[in-house]
Amino acid sequence: MNEPYVPVLFMLGLGFVFAAGSVGTSLVVGPKRYNRAKLEAYECGIQPSPQASGGGRVPIKYYLTAMLFIIFDVESIFLYPFAVAFNQLGLFALIEMVLFVLTVFVAYAYVWRRGGLDWA
Amino acid sequence: MTSVAPQGLPAVFQQSTIDYLAILPLLIVFGVAIVGVLVEAFVPRDRRHMVQAGLAVVGLLAAFVAVIVAAKHQGLTMGITDGASDRRLFALAIDGPALFMQGTILLLGVLGVLTMAERLGGVGPDAFTPSGASTPGSPFETNASRAGALTSEVFPLTMFAIFGMILFPTTNDLIGMFVALEVLSLPLYILSGLARRRRLLSQEASLKYFLLGAFSSAFFLFGSALLYGYSGSFVLGDISKAISTGPIEMNGLLVPGAFLVFVGLLFKVAAVPFHAWTPDVYQGAPTPVTGFMAACTKAAAFGAILRLAYVGLDTGRWEWTNALVVIALLTMVVGSVLSVTQTDMKRLLAYSSIAHAGFVLVGVLAFDSKGVGAVLFYVATYGFAIIAAFAIISLVRQNGGEATHLSQWAGLGKRYPLVAGAFAFLMLAFAGIPATSGFMAKFAVFSAAVGTGGATGTVLVVVGVLCSAITVFVYARVIVLMYFGDPPGDTGDAANAVEVVVPSVTTTFSIAIGTVITLALGVVPSALLDLADRASQFVR
Amino acid sequence: MQSGMETLATLANGAGTYAAGVVTHDGEAHAATGFTSYAWLLVALPLVGAAVLLLGGRRTDKFGPLLATALSWGAFLVGAILFIGMLGRDDGDRPKSVHLFDWVAGGSFNVSAGMLLDQLSLVFVLLITFVGSLIHVYSLGYMEHDPDKRRFFAYLNLFVAAMLLLVLADSYLLLYVGWEGVGLASYLLIGFWHYNPAFATAGNKAFVMNRVGDLGLSIGIFIMFFHFGGVDFSTVFAGAEAVNGVNQGFMTAIGLMLLLAACGKSAQFPLQAWLGDAMAGPTPVSALIHAATMVTAGVYLVVRSAPIFEATPDAQTVVVIVGAITLLFGAIVGCAKDDIKKALAASTMSQIGYMMLAAGLGPVGYAFAIAHLLTHGFFKAGMFLGAGSVMHAMDNQVDMRRFGGLFSLTKITAVTFGVGWLAIIGFPGLSGFFTKDKIIEAAFIGVGWRPWVFGLAALIGAGVTAFYMSRLYFMTFLGKKRWTDDVHPHESPLTMTIPMMVLSLGSGFLGLLLVPTGFITGWLNPAFGIAETAEEHPVVAPIIITLVTLLLIVAGVGLAYLRYIRDDVPVLAPTGSLVTQAARQDLYQDQINEGLFMRPGVHLTRSLVFADSKGVDGAAGGLAAMIGGSSSRLRKLQNGFARSYALTMLAGVVAILGALWVIS
Repeated sequence: MNEPYVPVLFMLGLGFVFAAGSVGTSLVVGPKRYNRAKLEAYECGIQPSPQASGGGRVPIKYYLTAMLFIIFDVESIFLYPFAVAFNQLGLFALIEMVLFVLTVFVAYAYVWRRGGLDWA
Repeated sequence: MTSVAPQGLPAVFQQSTIDYLAILPLLIVFGVAIVGVLVEAFVPRDRRHMVQAGLAVVGLLAAFVAVIVAAKHQGLTMGITDGASDRRLFALAIDGPALFMQGTILLLGVLGVLTMAERLGGVGPDAFTPSGASTPGSPFETNASRAGALTSEVFPLTMFAIFGMILFPTTNDLIGMFVALEVLSLPLYILSGLARRRRLLSQEASLKYFLLGAFSSAFFLFGSALLYGYSGSFVLGDISKAISTGPIEMNGLLVPGAFLVFVGLLFKVAAVPFHAWTPDVYQGAPTPVTGFMAACTKAAAFGAILRLAYVGLDTGRWEWTNALVVIALLTMVVGSVLSVTQTDMKRLLAYSSIAHAGFVLVGVLAFDSKGVGAVLFYVATYGFAIIAAFAIISLVRQNGGEATHLSQWAGLGKRYPLVAGAFAFLMLAFAGIPATSGFMAKFAVFSAAVGTGGATGTVLVVVGVLCSAITVFVYARVIVLMYFGDPPGDTGDAANAVEVVVPSVTTTFSIAIGTVITLALGVVPSALLDLADRASQFVR
Repeated sequence: MQSGMETLATLANGAGTYAAGVVTHDGEAHAATGFTSYAWLLVALPLVGAAVLLLGGRRTDKFGPLLATALSWGAFLVGAILFIGMLGRDDGDRPKSVHLFDWVAGGSFNVSAGMLLDQLSLVFVLLITFVGSLIHVYSLGYMEHDPDKRRFFAYLNLFVAAMLLLVLADSYLLLYVGWEGVGLASYLLIGFWHYNPAFATAGNKAFVMNRVGDLGLSIGIFIMFFHFGGVDFSTVFAGAEAVNGVNQGFMTAIGLMLLLAACGKSAQFPLQAWLGDAMAGPTPVSALIHAATMVTAGVYLVVRSAPIFEATPDAQTVVVIVGAITLLFGAIVGCAKDDIKKALAASTMSQIGYMMLAAGLGPVGYAFAIAHLLTHGFFKAGMFLGAGSVMHAMDNQVDMRRFGGLFSLTKITAVTFGVGWLAIIGFPGLSGFFTKDKIIEAAFIGVGWRPWVFGLAALIGAGVTAFYMSRLYFMTFLGKKRWTDDVHPHESPLTMTIPMMVLSLGSGFLGLLLVPTGFITGWLNPAFGIAETAEEHPVVAPIIITLVTLLLIVAGVGLAYLRYIRDDVPVLAPTGSLVTQAARQDLYQDQINEGLFMRPGVHLTRSLVFADSKGVDGAAGGLAAMIGGSSSRLRKLQNGFARSYALTMLAGVVAILGALWVIS
């Protein structure tokens, strides 16, 4: 049968069991003591930005920044496989990659000139 | 356990062969769009509008010349021939239908850009808003403009959309098709939301278009996945081969896969039941954008539908033809019947465009090169007429805003005979009256369908003729209204009167060209018909 | 007296023979040479006139009408030269084809635009240009004070051009262009005084009913293209002759579709309702378009398509039935109308019924259908112009109950009208006598029930015609004056009366020239490829038919004399019998149309629209909503929920996928 896919299935099951198991275990055995810091939004360790009372609106700046992040994030994702196979791909791929980066750079120039990076 | 890699990938890296002259039109349009973004970033504010509009028009014309060059370089490109399995894995197919659609879209794009560039004496394009929260002509708007919020971004956005559109009919695999679909859609979502007047309607249209477009993209992707599961490849030629030789036990995936992929494309041409967005979006979007969308999106999507139906899924035709026949019938009937009761000019044309999509589908279902030629001819003629029609709608104003309600058009023929005459002529073209391009186009698709479509084709054509008879009533009503109706609220209140504003030379040009071409293709259509006929062969 | 009558009858019957040969259409038209190749001038001249007048705007107000008239006469001149040229050639050499340009040339789909000048099209050219030009002249007087005179003449020229294109086309596709063109001109002219809403409605009605017919024509063309691979006459007719029994169904379908088209254009049952209302247009229009030329286009189409109908006897029978029904229908309606123009319109309908009947009879009838068409063109146009002259005299009144005793005051009108009247009822020696009598006799030819039914219908129709036309004449020109107080009748100016006189000459003598001399049969039959091989005789001796016809005519005129001259005509119409009431209502044609077609259609549209999420629009829908303001629109638009749209899509996908699964 589709032999090559069996390990994948196995891996999938394992992942599910691990996720469910760890959440379940912590629910059962973990201590439950809450304080203010624990209930706050998690922002990679920095102090959470102040929000309007009632949990209100998120400033549009967050949205812009998030979009920019995604664009450059995607760019870097494409760079990884290129870097791995660089030896095989040769000069042609290098030119292609430079063109790709330049294209994204145009977007950066646009954002910069039109004030997308000014926080104020 | 040696390899889990998909069958498509060869073991050793093999460089793609790319015929740069064949893809020159694509490169030019994309390049101009990128330059447009840079212009937006670096060119001083007061010169941007002129630079952008000029750049776009010049770029489109250059790309059109490149299409003529590319016609000598037809064939598959951007990919490899896998020597081991003798498979041709190419991303793009530069062939007759693709080049014809590219040429059509580029010329229509020129007209579309020219109507978008209409300023009516203001600083920026009149139809678009520089700031979403201000009312037209208010101090807030002036402040926003002064602060740097300009609307010349519409030009690069349009160029990106056109890039997606001319890529769409050339894509030879499902992934490329999906990328093209998104590239053409995303700028259109934004453009739909930029109307300067009736902001809420516009934003609503934009959001609806986006949500439903994403929904249909999901269908397309799901269908692609199923087809990949069936055939093990995204390349259309491979899928076609897999259907004719392929595994019987996987047949369960073929039908839903094929149909779902079609759904994604039929959404773009506004076929029933995937049409619900059309009236709202056509009405809400800025009128020049509506015209551009109606003409170019339809052409691009029909190009892709043709390629899918004739190259990718041709061998499995008996599996999905019935579904498409039902959709074509529904589209013609619903589009024409609902257009009868419309009271808003833009909605009326939206329903009319739905009906027209049905007529074109009849040509698609002819399944021979004559049908392909007829479809190519139809979308070209329809495109020129609809762009001019929407350009005229954008000129009929009351109190500065567009007067799109039918009652506001009453008696227009008496005060503005030239504009009303042109519009009436375009209406006749939509109705398919002889001596207009619409007649020749309808005749071409219908005779193709009757000639080769067998009994099904005949049924489609009979329904098609009945439906065009219904729509004749709709268009005749508009003409009657313009010529025989009394102007609304004829109180002599000059400030409140419905008027036709005098456009600049750009809009005048695109209206004139659209109308003249509509007439010319009705009287001497042979040249274009012949071209469409010669361009009707796909490469595989 | 007896012998005199017999002589007349023999004269009328010609040699008493009828061609019953097989139609073999070998009419290979030769390419045109010499002057014939300038035939495009026929269409071009009036078209130029229309273009100059429409595009030139007010600048052409002064000379425009004269220019239009001159160009129309120019077209007649070209037609006359072509006719003389054709007279000088042998039968076989008469048809000429003029290639204009390659209209559509795309792969396997080729249509070239060209003209076919044969005996049939040329008699039409002469009729159209001659009567058309006379009516241009008449209109110079009739429309003198109309501010929009220029537009009127532009439309008239447009009509002439389109009508000529229709009859000269060498393919069904080009014919369709002309067909739509005359429809457009007719629509524009019916609604010419569109500031009167009733007139504009009449224009719309004509437009819609004609579209139903046009639908037939376009479907017919599609079937032809499918079946014969071409739409030009030579391909189609060659295919029709080669047809075998297997394809009979296709031929019948084509025939019936063409008949539907003919019914729409020629106001034949069941698409007859628009003609009466079309009288809203200016009277010259009624004379030209709705009496002499355009409404006969249906007859032209049937006769031109003779090879198709020859191949399908079923469709032919339907043509005859339609003709018979319409001729009686029109005659009955004509008896009850008090509006002079509507009475004439009913008469037109009835006379075209005669032509249609003759055209459906096959080779025995074609030539006589056309002969009657020609003479009818003259006498009916003459009478319409006379009616216009009467209206001119009577301050635009049309109610015949308010006329009477006009003879002495408008002598020229009364005399010319009188000639037309005698011609249409078939007074011996005048045009109608020769042409109609031939049709009645041809209707009596055949076997079984057909000759009796159709012959008797035609016979009765002749009697009724005599009654209602005499009624019309007597009520208008003779009897007591029943005028309203403020009218002062006077004769019309010369520009109006001269065309009437010319037309009355034609009404008087054209029949004599065409039929007893055998000219029309000798001229037209070769065009249909009829070889005179055998003779067929009516089931009743021709002389008896003629005598009975004359008897019925005398009875009809006598009855009209008793009721409308001897007895007083009440100024207000009496209630009348049930039949009269029905006839006044056009035998309830509008009510039937409304009940059968319009209401279900409206309901269907409404219910379908309701399925749209903007149901409110549809409920308010139709024409009424146009007038409504747009203020409430914005609010309503918020109802278009994206979620329900997405649901529609999903439901569609699921439904179709489910269906695919079930069937595969």
